[in-house]
Amino acid sequence: MSETLYYIIVVFGVVTLMMTIAPGLIWFERRLLALWQDRYGPNRVGPFGLMQVLADMIKIFFKEDWIPPFADKKVFVLAPAIVVVTALMSFAIVPFAPGISVSNLNIGLLFFLGMSSLGAYSVVLGGWASNNKYSLLGSLRAAAQMLSYEVFMGLSLMGVVMLTGSFNMNDIVLAQKNRWFIIPQFIGFVIFMIAGLAETHRLPFDIPEAESELIAGYHSEYSGMKFGMFFVGEYLGITLISSLIVTLFFGGWFGPSFLPPVVWFFLKTFIFVSLFILLRASLPRPRYDQLLSYGWKLLLPLSLLNLLITGAIILSG
Amino acid sequence: MLTIFYLSAVVAVVSTMMVITRKEAVHALLYLIVSLLAISIIFFALGAPFIAALEVIIYAGAIMVLFIFVVMMLNLGRESIQQERQLLKPRMWFGPVILTLILIVEFIILFSKIRGQNYHALSISPKVVGVSLFSTYLLGVELSAMLLMAGIVGAYYLGKGKKRIMHRYLANTGSDSKAKGETK
Repeated sequence: MSETLYYIIVVFGVVTLMMTIAPGLIWFERRLLALWQDRYGPNRVGPFGLMQVLADMIKIFFKEDWIPPFADKKVFVLAPAIVVVTALMSFAIVPFAPGISVSNLNIGLLFFLGMSSLGAYSVVLGGWASNNKYSLLGSLRAAAQMLSYEVFMGLSLMGVVMLTGSFNMNDIVLAQKNRWFIIPQFIGFVIFMIAGLAETHRLPFDIPEAESELIAGYHSEYSGMKFGMFFVGEYLGITLISSLIVTLFFGGWFGPSFLPPVVWFFLKTFIFVSLFILLRASLPRPRYDQLLSYGWKLLLPLSLLNLLITGAIILSG
Repeated sequence: MLTIFYLSAVVAVVSTMMVITRKEAVHALLYLIVSLLAISIIFFALGAPFIAALEVIIYAGAIMVLFIFVVMMLNLGRESIQQERQLLKPRMWFGPVILTLILIVEFIILFSKIRGQNYHALSISPKVVGVSLFSTYLLGVELSAMLLMAGIVGAYYLGKGKKRIMHRYLANTGSDSKAKGETK
């Protein structure tokens, strides 16, 4: 009985934590972006502008929940839900501390890859259901981008799997006891970070949803809480990619013992979230065909090379 | 375990029936995705976790996205819904029902002959799949690799741009085409 209770507590804890972090990231991102753009972010509403999140949430909840009459109603409502569902489900395999993870799947890493493949549907269906030329174009571009970058997102992680010998996330963290995987798998880390950025369509890969491109891409027709769901889903995706980078390449919850392992995990995750926000503040947006050719012509051969060299080194020594 | 199997089997059958009776193409594809996810759960419950994950990643996550991509680009509209309504009339079901009845009779005959077998809860890990793919089934892997290679070459050829056809005046004088270009 106590084991079931333990699992229920962990599940609710993870869901509550993630649904608190995602809106909190709204404030975090705006303040950090402002810091790097040499201005103040929100600092009026509450201490250090922390209540800005509450104000935004209240505003979004009270907006009119309008579904365009020319849109496909069921699919229109379904699309934002898919992002949040797949992102939250992927958090089931992330090991937060030794023994604390929602489920200890033997194919944990493959589960994450499956969930991120399903996450591509939100963009595709959102754009199609809006019945709007610009949304359709934005979603077609987004679908092509996400499919392309998914290919080597999986391949870049196979080096880590080869070094560990299993897909289980707990085993991967434990295998980094002596040496973090960033050192033998640096190329894999770089490729996974770039591919993860493209999967959550975050700058510099945010052609699908950029305000200056194609109106607003696939979420032009969305307003109110549905748009809020896309937004929250994007922040959940960033947190997910950061926590996966920490788990797979930076030792997970390992760290000097003056802080508990959970704190180390969250500290490292937030460093990577800040890195992603820095990328948004500093990099320009590449053109769509440059983006795709960068993926297919540079990153895919590089990830295959990484796989080859890792396999050769493991086999020989 | 058996409850999970029967539940996901019911979901798979019902969603596949919805696939073939929908008039909107994208709705049919969404039901197909549900059916594939149900099959992935059946694989997982029967002890093949690797195949379950690959079904979601590759089949439901990449191939079906491409299907939806193509259907979106076709931009079917109202006429296709009318067409589907014509095609789903009862007299259209006559042929498929006859053929399926033959299959059902064969099923019943076969299942009445098989003795009930014990359900072995054997879990096949990714390592075992990898080892068997590269030792026992190596020929199949190489043949499918060649098939995919043929697909890639065909896709490259189809996607290559056409040769630019220039106006015959512009073909000779490439350098001062700007002076002559406006008069065209």
